[in-house]
Amino acid sequence: MACLIAGSAFCAATWAAWSPIRSATRDAVFEIPKGTWARRMAGDAFEILPSEIRLTLGVQDILQLRNLDDVPQVFGPALLMPGQSFRLPFEVASRYQFACTAHASGQMTVIVEPMPASAWARLRWRVGALWKPERWR
Amino acid sequence: MPPQQRDLSALALLLALLVASTLPAGADEILKAGAFSPPRQAPDFSLRGSDGSELTLRRYRGRVVVLAFGFTSCIDVCPTTLGVLAQARKQLGEDERALQVVYVTVDPERDDVARMRTFLAGFDPTFVGGTGTAEELAAVREEYGILASRHVVGGSYSVAHSSSTFLIDRSGALRALMPYGHTADDYVHDVRILLKE
Repeated sequence: MACLIAGSAFCAATWAAWSPIRSATRDAVFEIPKGTWARRMAGDAFEILPSEIRLTLGVQDILQLRNLDDVPQVFGPALLMPGQSFRLPFEVASRYQFACTAHASGQMTVIVEPMPASAWARLRWRVGALWKPERWR
Repeated sequence: MPPQQRDLSALALLLALLVASTLPAGADEILKAGAFSPPRQAPDFSLRGSDGSELTLRRYRGRVVVLAFGFTSCIDVCPTTLGVLAQARKQLGEDERALQVVYVTVDPERDDVARMRTFLAGFDPTFVGGTGTAEELAAVREEYGILASRHVVGGSYSVAHSSSTFLIDRSGALRALMPYGHTADDYVHDVRILLKE
């Protein structure tokens, strides 16, 4: 049994390292919950979004923001009405700084990384994806 | 469940997750710009148009409108964006008439009708500019989430402003926001998608 598991794990790792990562589109979804503005106005400096979001070109390169709050929110250049979402695709690997009223700091950073090119990078990406639920949406 | 069977189930789940990570997620045509969902009606306005008539958005129903904000004294962002839009309009070929560029000033003090007309004609004579009072223009900016702030530069001033443009479809819905830096090809791609609807 142990040999079977070890063999399967080896096959899985080999496949994960050498099989190209393919994806037509992948969204990283983040939500601004209802009541965010009210809590901020009450002096609660809580964070609802990570201050840094990492995306991968060709794999997960579309940032989707949903405003579930009762008031408009500004995400980067976009004014999001209550109940509205904004889906922003990225095509250039870079570090992007955005203004964001949903952050207590008023800022957020999006780091767009290139598609994993080497076997090791692909393996690391796939293993990392197992622990990032948004990558499976 | 026996331990061996549980191990195999866990292994099968792991393999399924790994395989799932490589499957295509759909081949729908998506905009290069950031898309709003659901789209809201683009807030309309009434400004003085550089063509001498009242400038409203409803006047362009049936066409795709690219709405940009800027000022004629801008030396980098605005000339780049307007140059890209002029190129995109040329690339649209027969569909060029279905694209209308509307450029609203953030500098009403200097940008009168005549100045905007001259400035825009340098890029494309079909581009229409909009100007008005400081209050009128501030109200338009607020509706679109546009930021603009005046800074003293030497003996004059400049205006730092949001650099994105808005894509408004033929029904007048505010569909998307194109961040600064996109190419004419990207605009053509998105305008063609909106025209197909």
